[in-house]
Amino acid sequence: MPTNGAPTKITQGSQTKGGIGESTLRPDGTLKVTGEFAYSSDMWHEDMLWGQILRSTVAHAEIVSIDTSEALAMAGVYAVMTYDDLPTDVKNYGLEIQDTPVLAHGKVRHHGEPVAIVAADHPETARRAAAKIKVDYRELPVITDEASATAPDAILVHEGRDDHHSGHVPHPNIVHRQPILRGDAAEAAERADVIVKGEYTFGMQDQAFLGPESGLAVPDEDGGVHLYIATQWLHSDLKQIAPVLGLPESKVRMTLAGVGGAFGGREDLSMQIHACLLAMRTGKPVKIVYNRFESFFGHVHRHPAKLYYEHGATSDGKLTHVKCRIVLDGGAYASASPAVVGNASSLSIGPYVVEDVDIEAIALYTNNPPCGAMRGFGAVQACFAYEAQMDKLAEKLGMDPVELRQLNAMEQGTIMPTGQPVDSPAPVAELLRRVKAMPLPPERQWESSEGADVRQLPGGLSNTTHGEGVVRGIGYAVGIKNVGFSEGFDDYSTAKVRMEVIGGEPVATVHTAMAEVGQGGVTVHAQIARTELGVTQVTIHPADTQVGSAGSTSASRQTYVTGGAVKNSCELVREKVLEIGRRKFGSYHPAWATAELLLEGGKVVTDGGEVLGDLVDVLEGEVVEIEAEWRHRPTEAFDLRTGQGNGHVQYSFAAHRAVVEVDTELGLVKVIELACAQDVGKALNPLSVLGQIQGGTLQGMGIAVMEEIIVDPKTAKVRNPSFTDYLLPTILDTPIIPVDVLELADDHAPYGLRGIGEAPTLSSTPAVLAAIRSATGLELNRTPVRPEHLTGMA
Amino acid sequence: MDFLRPASWEEALAAKAEHPTAVPIAGGTDVMVEINFDHRRPEYLLDLNRIGDLYEWEVGEESVRLGASVPYSEIMESLRAELPGLALASHTVASPQIRNRGGVGGNLGTASPAGDAHPALLAAGAEVEVESVRGSRRIPIDEFYTGVKRNALAADELIRAVHIKKADGPQQYSKVGTRNAMVIAVCAFGLALHPETRTVRTGIGSAAPTPVRAKAAEEFLNAALEEGGFWDNGKIITPSVAKQFAELCSGACNPIDDVRGTASYRRHAVGVMARRTLTWTWESYRGDRRLTEGAA
Amino acid sequence: MRVNFTVNGRPQEADDVWEGESLLYVLRERMGLPGSKNACEQGECGSCTVRLDGVPVCSCLVAAGQVEGREVVTVEGLADFAKQRAEHGGCASGACGTSLQDAQQWAAKGQDSQTGEGTELSPVQQAFIDAGAVQCGFCTPGLLVAADEMLERNPNPSDADIREALSGNLCRCTGYEKIMDAVRLAAARQSEAV
Repeated sequence: MPTNGAPTKITQGSQTKGGIGESTLRPDGTLKVTGEFAYSSDMWHEDMLWGQILRSTVAHAEIVSIDTSEALAMAGVYAVMTYDDLPTDVKNYGLEIQDTPVLAHGKVRHHGEPVAIVAADHPETARRAAAKIKVDYRELPVITDEASATAPDAILVHEGRDDHHSGHVPHPNIVHRQPILRGDAAEAAERADVIVKGEYTFGMQDQAFLGPESGLAVPDEDGGVHLYIATQWLHSDLKQIAPVLGLPESKVRMTLAGVGGAFGGREDLSMQIHACLLAMRTGKPVKIVYNRFESFFGHVHRHPAKLYYEHGATSDGKLTHVKCRIVLDGGAYASASPAVVGNASSLSIGPYVVEDVDIEAIALYTNNPPCGAMRGFGAVQACFAYEAQMDKLAEKLGMDPVELRQLNAMEQGTIMPTGQPVDSPAPVAELLRRVKAMPLPPERQWESSEGADVRQLPGGLSNTTHGEGVVRGIGYAVGIKNVGFSEGFDDYSTAKVRMEVIGGEPVATVHTAMAEVGQGGVTVHAQIARTELGVTQVTIHPADTQVGSAGSTSASRQTYVTGGAVKNSCELVREKVLEIGRRKFGSYHPAWATAELLLEGGKVVTDGGEVLGDLVDVLEGEVVEIEAEWRHRPTEAFDLRTGQGNGHVQYSFAAHRAVVEVDTELGLVKVIELACAQDVGKALNPLSVLGQIQGGTLQGMGIAVMEEIIVDPKTAKVRNPSFTDYLLPTILDTPIIPVDVLELADDHAPYGLRGIGEAPTLSSTPAVLAAIRSATGLELNRTPVRPEHLTGMA
Repeated sequence: MDFLRPASWEEALAAKAEHPTAVPIAGGTDVMVEINFDHRRPEYLLDLNRIGDLYEWEVGEESVRLGASVPYSEIMESLRAELPGLALASHTVASPQIRNRGGVGGNLGTASPAGDAHPALLAAGAEVEVESVRGSRRIPIDEFYTGVKRNALAADELIRAVHIKKADGPQQYSKVGTRNAMVIAVCAFGLALHPETRTVRTGIGSAAPTPVRAKAAEEFLNAALEEGGFWDNGKIITPSVAKQFAELCSGACNPIDDVRGTASYRRHAVGVMARRTLTWTWESYRGDRRLTEGAA
Repeated sequence: MRVNFTVNGRPQEADDVWEGESLLYVLRERMGLPGSKNACEQGECGSCTVRLDGVPVCSCLVAAGQVEGREVVTVEGLADFAKQRAEHGGCASGACGTSLQDAQQWAAKGQDSQTGEGTELSPVQQAFIDAGAVQCGFCTPGLLVAADEMLERNPNPSDADIREALSGNLCRCTGYEKIMDAVRLAAARQSEAV
């Protein structure tokens, strides 16, 4: 099968050790294995106080009164603050729509909403004080789903909306709606020989990063505050924090503390403003660390969704049309809901060629927990449903499910439902071919001479089967994710690069505000600097707001955008260095003026390989430093009626094959293997690439078989906010994850690279579901599947 | 809050008598969770870590006297032959770290229906040795669980040890959780064959307000095995007998719907586990019998 | 209350400890040893794993008062502990670990590429770096303590053995594959060294 696209050729720096394409090791690795790496929860300051948040115990209520007097009177308590104590007129924040109160004002809209904050000299004192705050609630009916949200007499979750989506939504309890209409789906349906329909339910997933929300706010002498914080985007935080504090942005200094994972859950603010408020009120440093219970209330989750699909095909398997409706539950506050709607709608049919579509995606305001960014947002929910549909269609057509996908697979040049052409490699059929070609794991791998090894069987250590009832199943899926911020957002990053001679060696320093959350951006930045500047010594400056914005560590965008910014600034520095060289040494050798010059191994060389001089001699005492912004090519908004528009920058594709063993009597699942093939454009650090793909794959498996925040539909209260009942896969639940990496350059991107972090999270879930369906013969229209769903006991 | 650190069992009993509300803490795997999450602020914590006696066990003629704090990891490793059911149950407890700290005394003290040890203790047959300054007594395991997270202890009593009948036949233990390790039981089942008395005992966890035995199922199976001469002829148990045993075990459940599983699933799963564990233990019994006969 | 115990071979003392405090809190907030991580505080993630008298435990579930007079090894002491074990089988000399003075002066270090170079690491620590088993790194300290203890008991573990021994340590970033690689690598290097 032909593959479109070609690998990128890189000349500058290709001889320099530790450059791009090598699996260099993390610069923070040693600190992280010795326990010295300073995470946000490790911050400590002399005389610091501990902050505590009092959260609502009900989901929807008017606040009749708050009495803080007993709490304030406690020894060791330095401050208690409520809405009334906020210092300015700006009392709300939010990523896109500023609808989230810093502290509840007259009303709470979801279980666990912050109502009051306390600072005390010991966390236990702070907890006791918070417990003594008396809040009198008058409960209101809860809005929990589309029917209750859009009923004609529904209570409005937010009264008097005036945000930029409020004008076009059909109901004030709908945050945003995006239809996409292309061709004529109704007419195309007439041509279909086979039609399949399905209703699907996607559960609420938690990012469950292991490092809980935390940070330290230190009051500054100039009346400002310095916040050490774990976040995904320092400058976005800053823009939301400063107005509430009544400070100019210059007086809110932010330094990235060590981040214990993010996965989207740190895109919104959590304790940032609360810590700053308490620090400014008390004049003392204030540390806030959520515990796991609080963390489940302290950040947004992945949108649960209902998805309604109709697919049609001719008898030879060609898709005729897709109609779909995706209803996302955004919960009480908007967070990233509008962008989730944009992704869900524009990527709703998957990586397939379909000319006639009728698509609608909406996000609701409800009294459920707020939902927002999580790895692959919008695309993850859709992929679960459209891949289930593809399997259904294959079955009805009597076709092989992989062949059906390959027959309809998009490729470079395909027009998206939004009318946007796919203008870089889209090796969808090839990825499926590769993943299918991988050797299958052996059957009955749990058998040994000493009997069954329960650790390799469904149920694991719980000893539920020694092979009884165990059936193997295999399933496939493929997905498409956009890379970077879409729909006309000015998605730029900034990098400051400095080059100088230190200790007789040329050294580069890279300073960005990029949040390193574990993804390995810091590793890649050093590699880029080595490649572009021909040096081996690179220092990565800590991320802070003393340099321009790097944008968010999300949307698979950082290697592309901040990597691109680092590359760009390095190129500018390189030019400057060469200028200095020409000035100083140009008269000694004509090649300074005539040849293409490169920096390699600490020297200036011609593209023919002739050495013109040492960087040490060129630079001597000079310091070259450049800070510059860099942006990817612009995108445009989707038309609000038709969804047409060149909304996306780049796409990312991955395919999975899942092999599962299901104890069909008990409904327990052991995933044996999750093989993945992914096109990464160019693997800047192959080891990190594998880590991203394997990690994303496992998060996709989690929502397939165990992870779900369960919200009581009667009360809108969270029923399982703990690691006892919100289950993450352990290493014993984890399959082997072989990966086949394809590198087809995207000519529009730096080095031809493709953002990779999210795509593997998409197809993993439907592949596991498909494998379980093949083992059990059940339809399974929801995820996660629990034992009761597999045994008819739900 | 006060932290009491008795250095001996006598001091511990005296402290518990003086402060009946004191919460004993040994492995801490239940108590500390409640403290960390602000669910509980006892007036006194009574630390039992310094009482070495609680970490010891003795293998007697009839039974094993298992100190209340002997960690699960030790039971798994050292008492597999004497207490196979409990050793299997111990292996399903939480994680290696928790198994290194937690012991049967904690499971009994908390008396959660989801405690992993209970079904194994019920199936093997056991007595809980409890003591106060007033004296010592032994509570049969069948009388120990009195309600949801309630047990037969008096306010001044502490659990010292458990006397568990040594296995005289094969024992098995199964637990359903929605994860392959580190998981709380959705439901659990323990089964012990007692060839010496020609009886079968069971234990069910997490499927009723307390851990329970499936007594009707035991009686049915005891009678069926006796009538068919199974103990002597070592025949394969007929599928209809196994099926009815499983159904009676399901029938012994009185479960609820909760975030971990539905009531109907729990009933169903207990039945499946009952059938499977019966098959495994009976196969093992038949195998042992053949070996014995072969040797004779 | 006051609590005295040995951490990484050095005697330590903590004063004014609240009776409900965990060993984890005392290590992190009172002794300047934040390497053990506070990810769940309910024994469901293993990030706070330390060795208590040699046994891996979740330090979040050990009451501070229970540690009186006992020995604790944390990730900060792991390299020394492993070195001592290799040299004389145990951390008996008392030389490994942070001094009280050092501990009280602990402050957050930067995260740039220069810090931490030249540090001597235990085989399992080095293997985690080399195999790419570290991403955000929050689970890493607990995994290292658990993996090191397993390799001490079982120098040639099967994959299933590794999975069982580490089943109490959650990782959210890596999908565990590189962690498996790291432990296999540490085991292989260890057996080569013997």
